[in-house]
Amino acid sequence: MSDRDRFRPAEHPNDHFLLTTVVGSYPKPAWLENEYDRVVDADEDVERPAEATDDASDGFTEALDDAARLITREHERAGLDVVVDGEVRRTEMVEYFADRIDGYEFNGPVKVWGHNYFHKPSVTDRVSYDDSWLREEFEFTSFVASGAVKVPITGPYTLANWAFDEHYGDSEELAYDLADLVNEEIHALVEAGARYVQIDEPALATTPDDHAIVGACLDRIAADIPDDVRLGIHVCYGDYSRIYPEILEYPVDEVDVELANTDYNQLDVFTEPEFTKDFALGVVDAHDTTVESVEEIKRNIERGLEVVPPERLTVSPDCGLKLLPREVAYRKMENLVQAAREVEAELDAGEVRATKIATARSD
Amino acid sequence: MSHLAATVGLYPLPDWAKDDLSELKGHQKEDLLSGTEGAAVAKTYDRARAEVIERQVDAGLDRIVEGQLRWDDMLGHPFAVHDAVETGGIVRYYDNNNFHRELAVTGELTFDGTLAEELDAVTSRADGTPIQAVLPGPYSLIDLAVDEYYGDDREFLAGTAEFLAAEGGAFPEVETVFVLEPSLAVNPPTGEESTVDVDDVIDALSKVAEAFEAEVVVHTYWDALSEDVYTAALDAAVDGLGFDLVNAEPEVQSIISEHGTPDTVALGVADGQNTRVESLREIDDRVSRFEEVASPETIYLTPNTELFYLPVTSAEAKLDVLGRAASVSEVTV
Repeated sequence: MSDRDRFRPAEHPNDHFLLTTVVGSYPKPAWLENEYDRVVDADEDVERPAEATDDASDGFTEALDDAARLITREHERAGLDVVVDGEVRRTEMVEYFADRIDGYEFNGPVKVWGHNYFHKPSVTDRVSYDDSWLREEFEFTSFVASGAVKVPITGPYTLANWAFDEHYGDSEELAYDLADLVNEEIHALVEAGARYVQIDEPALATTPDDHAIVGACLDRIAADIPDDVRLGIHVCYGDYSRIYPEILEYPVDEVDVELANTDYNQLDVFTEPEFTKDFALGVVDAHDTTVESVEEIKRNIERGLEVVPPERLTVSPDCGLKLLPREVAYRKMENLVQAAREVEAELDAGEVRATKIATARSD
Repeated sequence: MSHLAATVGLYPLPDWAKDDLSELKGHQKEDLLSGTEGAAVAKTYDRARAEVIERQVDAGLDRIVEGQLRWDDMLGHPFAVHDAVETGGIVRYYDNNNFHRELAVTGELTFDGTLAEELDAVTSRADGTPIQAVLPGPYSLIDLAVDEYYGDDREFLAGTAEFLAAEGGAFPEVETVFVLEPSLAVNPPTGEESTVDVDDVIDALSKVAEAFEAEVVVHTYWDALSEDVYTAALDAAVDGLGFDLVNAEPEVQSIISEHGTPDTVALGVADGQNTRVESLREIDDRVSRFEEVASPETIYLTPNTELFYLPVTSAEAKLDVLGRAASVSEVTV
C-alpha cells in the first residue's frame, strides 16, 4: 500500500488529512471548444474533433497547452491537494485512446444518455501500441503544477466494452490485449515521474458479472509497477452490490465511487464486509448544476467516514465534471475543498458530527 | 410463409439533430424532455422524423416506425414525460453504457396522449407503407421505474398496463404494434423479489394488446425467455413473439423446438449493438435454422435490439440489409 501522506501539501492546515482531488475531466474553455469547431468546420476531411488534434498546427498545440495550464491552475486555485489538467487534450475517455491504438476505427457518434454522445469506435483488427498516450500530458501538467498530479487513464475493460468488437468476437481476449498496452503506458508514465494513476473502469458497472475479468486486467496492469506508485480504480453509475466485496481483491490502493447522485442509498454496500482499501467518495453530483453548499458536502463527507477512517478517505466529485458549466464545476470543487478542510478541523477538535466513524483495522 | 422487414424502433438521431438538440436543450438531467417543448425543439424533431421515415422507405422496410427520436429516456419515455412521474438521478439502462433518469411514479398513471401525437406525424409521410407503433411493455416499464404511489407491484403493473392500453387506444390506424419487453428476458418475474408473477405479466400484456385492432408482437431481447415465461406468453392475447437470435440463438432453438411458436414471430437477426453489418447469407442462415424447427406464418426480420446504440451509418446499413433479406427471401420462398 503506497503512503498517501506524501500527497499532503506542506502548508496543510490540519492534523487530519482528507485527500481532495477530482476524477478527471473538466469543462473545456469555450475558446478551445470554438477552436475545435473551427478546425472541424474548416476541413471536410476532419469529422471528429479528435482529428483536429491529430496533426495539430503549432497554433492548436499552443491552444491545448494554454488550456491545460489554465485548468491545472484552476484546480490548484480551488485548493485541491492532487490535480489533473481536466483532460482538456482528450476529446472523450474512449475515443482519445482508441485514436492512439492501432486496430480501432470510427463510424460516428452514439448516445450515452440524453444529449450526450461519444464517438464509439469499432475494433476491426488486433490492437497494438501506436502513438504515446499520456506521457506528454503528464509531463506538461506536472511542469505546470506546484503540487501532486494524478493521471486518469481509461481502463482496458472499458476500452474493450465501450467499443464495437468486429474482430475479436471475445471481449475478454480484447480486454487482456488492451491491459498489456495500459501496463506499457503506465511504465512510460512512471518513467516520466507519475506516482498516482487512476484506472477508470465505468464499464464494470454496466456488466458487473465481469468483475473477475477486470481483476485479471488489473493484475496485468499492475505487473512490475513499482510499489510507490499509487493505483486507483474509478467505477461509477451502477449497482455496487454486484461487484462488492470482490473489488477488494483488486491490486489497487484506492477505489473511487459515485454515491452523491443517488443520495448515498448504496453506502451500506461498502460496510459489510469491512472496506479495506482507501475509499474515494463522490461528494458532489457531476450531473446537476446546483452547487452543493459547504454544509451539505460536509454531511456527504461524513457519510464516507461511516465506511473508512479519515486517514483512508479521499474526497472527490462523483465523476468527471466536464458536462457542467465551468463556473459551476469550479464552485463545486471550491466548496468540496472547503468542506473537507472544515471536516478535518472538526476531526482535529473531536467535534465531527458524523453519526458513526469507522475505525482503523487492528492490523 | 411471408418474410417482412421491420425494426424495433428507437433510432439514432441524425448527427445534425444530435448537435442541434444538444444546443437547444442542453446536456443535463433537467434539460431532457418533460412532456412539452418549444417550437424550435419540436421543429427539429419533426425534420429528423421526416428524414428517418424516408430512410426506412428507401431501405425497403415493410413497416415504418416513427423512430422514437424524442425518447430521451429510451423505454422509460412514456413515464419520463408523464405528470405523475418525477425524474431524478441518472441510472444505468439495463447492462449497457447508457443511462436514463430515475423514474418515480408518484400519482395515478392517467391518459397522457404524447405517443399518439408522435404517431400522427408519421401517417402522412410513410408513402403508403404500413405503420408500426412501438411501445415499452408494461413489465419492462415498471422494471425501469420506482413505485411511490400504487404501493404494490401487482397494482403498479396493472396500472401501467391500463395506462399503456389507454395510450394505445388513442393511436391512429397502424398495421403492427411492437411491444418491447427486454426485462421479461433479463429480469423475469418470479414472484420472489416482487409480488409480480408470470401470470400477472401475461394479464398485463393481454390488457395492452386488447387495446389494438392491429397485430401485436411482444419482442424480447438480450436473452431467451425462460421456459415458464415462454409457455405463459404463448397464452397471452398477443399475435406474435420476438426472439433475439444474435445473443441467444441456441436457447431460442431449444425452447421453440420444445414448445413451438405463435403464427407470427419477430426474429432479431441483425445485431443492434455492433457496427459489423451482417451479410445476407448470415441473416438467411439464421432464419433458415429457425425455420428448421418452427413454421410460423409471418416472420418479421428485425434487429435484435433498438438501433440507437449504433452510429447512424451503421444503423442505416442494418436497415438496408434487412430490407434486402426480406425481399430476397420473398423471391426464393
